[in-house]
Amino acid sequence: MNIFKLSIKNIFNKPLSSSISLALLVLGVGIISLLLQLNTLIKDQMDNNLRGIDMVVGAKGSPLQLILSSVYHIDSPTGNISLAEAETISNNRMVGSSIKILYGDNYKGFRIVGAERKFVELYKGVIKEGKDWDNPYEVLVGSKVYEKLKINLGDELISSHGLRETGQSHDEGTFKVVGLLKPSNSVIDQLIITSPESVWDIHETHDHDEHENEHEHEHEHEHEDEDKDDNREITAMLIKFKSPMNIIQFPRQINENTNLQAAVPSYEISRLFKLFGFGIETLSYLAYLIIIVSGFSLFINLFNSMRERKYEMALIRTLGASRFQLSTMIIFESLILTISGFILGLLFSRFGVMFVSSLMEESINYNLKSLKILNEEYWLLGLSILIGIVSSLIPAIQVYKMNISKILADA
Amino acid sequence: MLNTKEVEFNYDNQMFFKFQNIDLNSNENLLIIGDSGVGKTTLMHLLAGLLKSNSGSIKLFDKELNQMSSYQLDSFRKNNIGIVFQRPHFVNSLTVKENLQLAQYIANKNDNTRIESILKNLNIFDKSNKKTNQLSQGEKQRVSIALAIVNSPKLILADEPTSSLDDNNCSKVIKLLKKQATDFGAQLIVITHDSRLKKHFKKSIEL
Repeated sequence: MNIFKLSIKNIFNKPLSSSISLALLVLGVGIISLLLQLNTLIKDQMDNNLRGIDMVVGAKGSPLQLILSSVYHIDSPTGNISLAEAETISNNRMVGSSIKILYGDNYKGFRIVGAERKFVELYKGVIKEGKDWDNPYEVLVGSKVYEKLKINLGDELISSHGLRETGQSHDEGTFKVVGLLKPSNSVIDQLIITSPESVWDIHETHDHDEHENEHEHEHEHEHEDEDKDDNREITAMLIKFKSPMNIIQFPRQINENTNLQAAVPSYEISRLFKLFGFGIETLSYLAYLIIIVSGFSLFINLFNSMRERKYEMALIRTLGASRFQLSTMIIFESLILTISGFILGLLFSRFGVMFVSSLMEESINYNLKSLKILNEEYWLLGLSILIGIVSSLIPAIQVYKMNISKILADA
Repeated sequence: MLNTKEVEFNYDNQMFFKFQNIDLNSNENLLIIGDSGVGKTTLMHLLAGLLKSNSGSIKLFDKELNQMSSYQLDSFRKNNIGIVFQRPHFVNSLTVKENLQLAQYIANKNDNTRIESILKNLNIFDKSNKKTNQLSQGEKQRVSIALAIVNSPKLILADEPTSSLDDNNCSKVIKLLKKQATDFGAQLIVITHDSRLKKHFKKSIEL
């Protein structure tokens, strides 16, 4: 038996009032930690998939949409741009390297991306089984796709038109799986990748009706006549600059002088996080409030239990315990609760992350892993300890000053 | 072993007590008897070092209690004095055995065989793992005696141990206390208004 064990026994002796304070603290810490984790994990995931893409060129529309669709593959593309115009930009002296990508089809909700080989290299994609594509209609399949859809090497995938599952299916659009990619923890895990030619080829028959829709854009084209011999289109082009300085000048040039749109991913993402940030901030204030309330509830619990337990405290003193030992017991009781509240709160947030991750995976094929403890969570531990000490301070001082003779005489 | 001289005590200048001198030799038990309001509990708290007198001297085992700090008194108490209260108090979150272990821990001791032998001697060994609020009144009193003697005190102070008991139980409890004191080599001072106890003590003083 010792003071620490005694504190634990005291907590378990009053399970109801202890668990209310505990639950409040778990909720507060859990929410803050969940927000921190999600914020960091999403940011990490986003940064991870940025892969040094300085600029994305695509059709006019929302710049954020362009980034989300062509860098993160979670939104619809803004439209298509002509290959010739893209070539003009990629030949600019400021451009270090460029990757053209085009969308067209999906297989059971997973996007089929026509891309240059550099695209797979950009995400450090490594072939686990099989080989790279050589001919049109040969595809590489990302790890999440083949795991989820149980795709094997040599399978034939019949694609549907569009990016969602319910499109018209191409009878002629049968892709052959020639390679499976190792998990790379990047967007290519959730993609089916093929050569641009495959996508161009499959859509030749559909081009007519698509062009009708885009006619309003088309007549604005200045160089329409020159494009006539090559009316192939791409969805977007990912660009790396030769010098980081160009990031200021070049996108503006494109946006002002062409009918293409240039968007800078890092800028758009930080804009997105600013929007997120407001909600996150509001929610964390709420959570801090809950933590403070838990501190109050802890204080009230200790204060009441001290009154109930004044005779046993007096007894412990007459057995020879010092004032200091008794005060320590009170502070321990509080600290044990707040520290276990912190630990349970972290567990709560980890389950929350797993839950949100499973939701995200269902809707946008993204998932979040990593259960490491963030620096901010060490701050939360500090805060929990502080709450534990502050809420037990007054009860501890009262116990310290307790007049045992008077309590015993009143009995 | 106990010598008090001219001990005076007052609560906030309201109640004033002046106690007669006490001289007690080693191996003697003492009955202090007096009516309500004469300061019996105050005297017991003074002897236990729970209160400090305003003037006079209390010498216990050759130590002057009035000259000790609060911390020294705590330490003196756990090494020398066991207290049996009028109403038994326990740590409610602990079992009988754990209460005794806590008392030992406070006195920096750890001796489960002693706990067992005390509980057996008091006939409550089978209640070792019961919470104290599950005990009957008589069992509670025995546990409170066990608590008082678990750290082998040289002096047992008992405050009104028999006041609420009938004649039969009164004589049982006082015999039990005396037996425990003799068995474990301690002196016994009982403070009470219960004149039935007079016949059990050779030495008594009246306040």
